[in-house]
Amino acid sequence: MTGVTATANAVPRKAKVGSLERQNRWALRGSFAALSVFVVIFLVPPFYMIMTSLKSSAEISAQKGSPWIAQNPTLDNFVYLVTNEQFQRYFFNSVWVTALVVILSMTIAILAAFSLSRMGFKGSQVISTGVFLTYLVPPSLLFIPLFQVVGSLGLINNTWVLVLLFPTLAVPFCTWIMIGYFSSIPKELDEAALIDGASYPQILLKIFIPVALPGIIAATIFAFTVGWGAFLYPLAYLYSADQAVLTVGIVRELIRGDVFAWGTIMAACVMGAAPPIIIYTFLMDYYVAGLTAGATKG
Amino acid sequence: MADGSTMVIGAGSAKASASRRVGSLKKLARRRSTTALLLCAPLIVLIVGLKVYPTFYAIFLSMLDRKMEHFVGLNNFVYLLNRPSFQLVIFQSCLFAITAVVMKATLGFILAHLMHNIRGKNQRIWRGLLLVPWVIPLSLSTLSWWWLFDPSYSAFNWTLNWFGFESIPFLGTTWNARIAVIVVNTWFGAPFFMIMYLAALKSVPEQLYEAAAIDGATAWQKLIYITLPMMRNIILITVLYSLIVTFADFDIVRILTNGGPQDSTHLFATYAFNVGIESGNIPRGASVSLFMFPILATLAFFVLRDVLKRSKEIST
Repeated sequence: MTGVTATANAVPRKAKVGSLERQNRWALRGSFAALSVFVVIFLVPPFYMIMTSLKSSAEISAQKGSPWIAQNPTLDNFVYLVTNEQFQRYFFNSVWVTALVVILSMTIAILAAFSLSRMGFKGSQVISTGVFLTYLVPPSLLFIPLFQVVGSLGLINNTWVLVLLFPTLAVPFCTWIMIGYFSSIPKELDEAALIDGASYPQILLKIFIPVALPGIIAATIFAFTVGWGAFLYPLAYLYSADQAVLTVGIVRELIRGDVFAWGTIMAACVMGAAPPIIIYTFLMDYYVAGLTAGATKG
Repeated sequence: MADGSTMVIGAGSAKASASRRVGSLKKLARRRSTTALLLCAPLIVLIVGLKVYPTFYAIFLSMLDRKMEHFVGLNNFVYLLNRPSFQLVIFQSCLFAITAVVMKATLGFILAHLMHNIRGKNQRIWRGLLLVPWVIPLSLSTLSWWWLFDPSYSAFNWTLNWFGFESIPFLGTTWNARIAVIVVNTWFGAPFFMIMYLAALKSVPEQLYEAAAIDGATAWQKLIYITLPMMRNIILITVLYSLIVTFADFDIVRILTNGGPQDSTHLFATYAFNVGIESGNIPRGASVSLFMFPILATLAFFVLRDVLKRSKEIST
């Protein structure tokens, strides 16, 4: 305490307030300027993606003028894709795979998290630690042995293989998020419900799920991101065009087409990127909260 | 207090029904833990079947010969270690992961600080804009990078030429391609660091800075003596976690260079894919990806230690 006052006295007092305010104002301006530069740099690829998607093949191959701007913007690429049967199939495959993956992963994760956070049994601590550990095992370590496993199940080149495998990417983290949210619910709440004669399913449905809804949204977004965007498993196990999902379909099949199909490819990327961007626009706060909740506690 | 009074009132009857009560309680507890285990069953089946089992199966596979008929011990590993192209993979994987993580962490730290200076509603919009790279599916955004790097249509080169510079073959030479994959990974991953560090910054008590300001600390001193020590844990865990993910990265290199030029940008994952899936040598592919295992296990150990320590702190 004496140290604090001693050093405080050493600082010249004059014009302190004014200079602090000015300092803050400059810091704010500097931050805005620097952030603007970063935002511009970070948004170059998405911007160029959109610009290219608005160009015709002729305009791309002509190479006249700045490539950064579409001189004669056209929606032809989008019209082509929307009416293209192959692209429709990729999109449709991605939609139903993602929907099933989200439902499956969330069901598994919520049930397990409820059990692990509330019904503590022998070994529940070991299981939660193990779940977290398997989250750290990346798909690139497992895709070769899984190739054999999937092969023996007869699921090679079958879109259903993703419904089986994507939950392994989503469930550990979703469970981890849900354990965090469920543990933060006061024990008194479910004890009171138990005393009133509520059953476990009732406690889960009527107390835990409503109270932990932000966590459920965060985990759902994570499962969605995995189901929609994962690339390695579909690339390794789906080789024919009719079974492919969006990511692999665009990367593998569209590129094989015309050399100057870049307008179409970028339009496909825009359409593939749109659903996650729309979802994040509305629910980003929940996701960020869920992601950082564990990190900032303690 | 409440417990004590009920004990006194119900003492007589409690004695009589004590044995029955204990029995039913035990039964209840047993039923409860059976239910608990049942609720966990899908999770356990999924993880044991599709994560734990394949890990051990990979170890078994890696010790077979190409036709998967004979047991060859560690021959696949020895063979790989003696191949110059695989030595290059090890070098490139380490270079890629370490450089990219350092850059992501630095950039994320700077961005978080800039973001922290902006308070209120504005912050949400800026954060949203900076998160765009992280939200777009990586394989799709990497395609747009590829198109930006395209040898004859590169928009970067057009800009360089416009300013009077020579064109650069972004993916054509070894070091250019290496830098390119690192840049794309940094672009994709820095927003994640930003939001983690921003959350950490928000949790540093404002009084510390006020006290330091009164003591006449400079911005640099505040950073070194307050911000960094307060954020130490979260910096550590994000870096470790990101090292794991970056080491195991696949999408960027696969799409951008597919290992080229001359196999100089292959990572463990993409090389394993080439060897195991595309050339059909499953055992050797399995051994390639298993090289990641000791590195990842070491990193995971440190992550886990930190996470367990933290959850213990939270519960007490």
